[in-house]
Amino acid sequence: MSLNDLVHAIIEGVLTGGVYALMAAGLSLIFGVMDIVNIAQGAMVVLAGYLSYSLSVHLGIDLFVGLLITVPAMFALGVVVEWGFMRRLREGDRTSMSILITYAVAIIIEGVLSVIYGVDYVQLQASYVNQSVHLLGFYLPYIYLMGFAMAVVLLAGLYFMLYRTKFGRGIRASLQNRTAADLIGINVNRTRMLSVGIGVAVTACGGMVFGATNAFNPGSGYDLISRLLAIVILGGMGSIGGAMAAAVLLLVLSDVVAVAWSPLWAPLVFFAALVLVLSIRPTGLFGRQAVRAQ
Amino acid sequence: MTVPAAAEPLSGAGAAGGGAAPPARGRDRRPPAWPLLIVVVALFAVFPLVFSDVTTTSIAVYTLIFMVSASAWNIFSGYSGYLALGHAVFFGTGAYTVALTEQDWHVPAGWAVFALMPLAGLVAGALAIPVGLVALRTRRHTFVVVTIAIFFVFQLLAFNLPFTDGTAGIQLNTPLWSAYTYNEPFFYVTLVILVATVALSWAVRRSRFGLQLMAIRDDEDRALGMGVRVRRVKLGAFMLSAIPVGMAGGMFAYFLGAIYPQVAFDPLFDIAVALMAFLGGLGTLAGPLIGALVLESLQQYFTLTFSNSSLYLIVYGVLFLVVILLMPRGIVPSLGQLFASHRARAARDGGGDATVGADVAGVSG
Repeated sequence: MSLNDLVHAIIEGVLTGGVYALMAAGLSLIFGVMDIVNIAQGAMVVLAGYLSYSLSVHLGIDLFVGLLITVPAMFALGVVVEWGFMRRLREGDRTSMSILITYAVAIIIEGVLSVIYGVDYVQLQASYVNQSVHLLGFYLPYIYLMGFAMAVVLLAGLYFMLYRTKFGRGIRASLQNRTAADLIGINVNRTRMLSVGIGVAVTACGGMVFGATNAFNPGSGYDLISRLLAIVILGGMGSIGGAMAAAVLLLVLSDVVAVAWSPLWAPLVFFAALVLVLSIRPTGLFGRQAVRAQ
Repeated sequence: MTVPAAAEPLSGAGAAGGGAAPPARGRDRRPPAWPLLIVVVALFAVFPLVFSDVTTTSIAVYTLIFMVSASAWNIFSGYSGYLALGHAVFFGTGAYTVALTEQDWHVPAGWAVFALMPLAGLVAGALAIPVGLVALRTRRHTFVVVTIAIFFVFQLLAFNLPFTDGTAGIQLNTPLWSAYTYNEPFFYVTLVILVATVALSWAVRRSRFGLQLMAIRDDEDRALGMGVRVRRVKLGAFMLSAIPVGMAGGMFAYFLGAIYPQVAFDPLFDIAVALMAFLGGLGTLAGPLIGALVLESLQQYFTLTFSNSSLYLIVYGVLFLVVILLMPRGIVPSLGQLFASHRARAARDGGGDATVGADVAGVSG
């Protein structure tokens, strides 16, 4: 492995890490507000990828323009899932049950996608997916840069919404203490529903970039969710900043392993990091929520 | 009449004593169960003789394999309240143990291969110790997530380790039995494993060890305070539940005649055994058996009839949602509840002992 390859791997890791950070932030937001682990997040990313695929192949809509359709669609899906299933779980063992419920949702999504699209791999196509830009001596497809830029903007927006708006304060309040938030006049049910909607809506963007940078099929959601879970646990469940940091860290590490060793073993980085961190610090690196949640 | 305990979380996890009580106390009132048990085993034993059609017996073998798996999964997850979604690790390990040893030791295809099943169980049980040591450091939902993650590690290993032959899989030598009765040896050996598994589950349930497990399910910190060595008990149950799953995996590999990473380490297996236990009744002895009987025979029937497994995914997912949202206590506890409230009503209508009636109603809740 040359130094060149290493630098290339690091750059690519940071760029894809941004997109993973976005998807993981959605997962972390849902967990923080609802105490719900959304196993279907991976399947939803794949679903969003297929939506973009259909829009671009059948209707000829540009991938980024298509987001104007897929983001509201995924938001609606999140709201429906929250209203239909998540809020019906009892408080006591809500988290464990939520894993089963969202697992079932993931299986249904996978089944529907397999029926409609079959199990062959597809990849999103566009001019900026196929053309590369010359950067720091490396050739990178434009989509990596555009995806990273979009992820950074959206993460900044998410951060702004959470920490600088009244709605965000409501989310953080319901995250800390449901009863107290209720008492000071926050509509906790509405806040939760919208939070899940937002947490799922980001998968529309994540799914588009994922689908443009990877070939995927209806079963790809499993691989994705296991990575996202590793990121979220490493970052501390419920901590959005932690999810971002962990995403970039793990993606860089796995890309370096892919170059230094073999792409086959790159996913192992996620799990090795997970097992290692949990053995030393069961709450994750930046975990604060997890202490309470346990 | 059915007010108080119905509002409890289904597994009784995190709830006070009431969750564990109904089956335990109800048992003492019932007549002994073993005559019924013998009848059921006998019915199973004559099944392939009556329905000797190859398709039917083939469905029956798969169903038995999953009854073993669901019942074994329940020994850990049902009794301790810790949802493990990674038992496909042990299923796959058992499958690969049988496939690899049959190849490397040149075991002649036939009855001799069945002798490898205990080995498959032991390897799976031994593997459960390091896996359990890592996963059981965490609790509740983090535990669930960690078991999922560990599952994916092993799936990755199965794809990439040099001796598994990756996606090409391993072909086993299959016995040269007559096609008409080919399934029967598989059926009877799996039935023996199933009886042993149910006996194990029953023994755990009756024992002090089982009580400690259920104490952990109800309130782990309190159990620890009462002197239960929680880590040792949890790890022991985790290992015990992995052994039959490994044997089921071994039978699966031999019956299928070939084994591939995506089949042996299937995420759907993880969720299937959980669904079976939930459908029948988590933490009960008969629940996982009934759940597996219903679900696996349905799945096999579906697959054979429609030959489209994607449709089956949808049915599976929808069924799972319905069960968890509408019948979170499962078939067996729901029926037991009906039965108990019926008896209570009968006792009161007959002018019988009112306190007994009230007690039963409270228990069944």
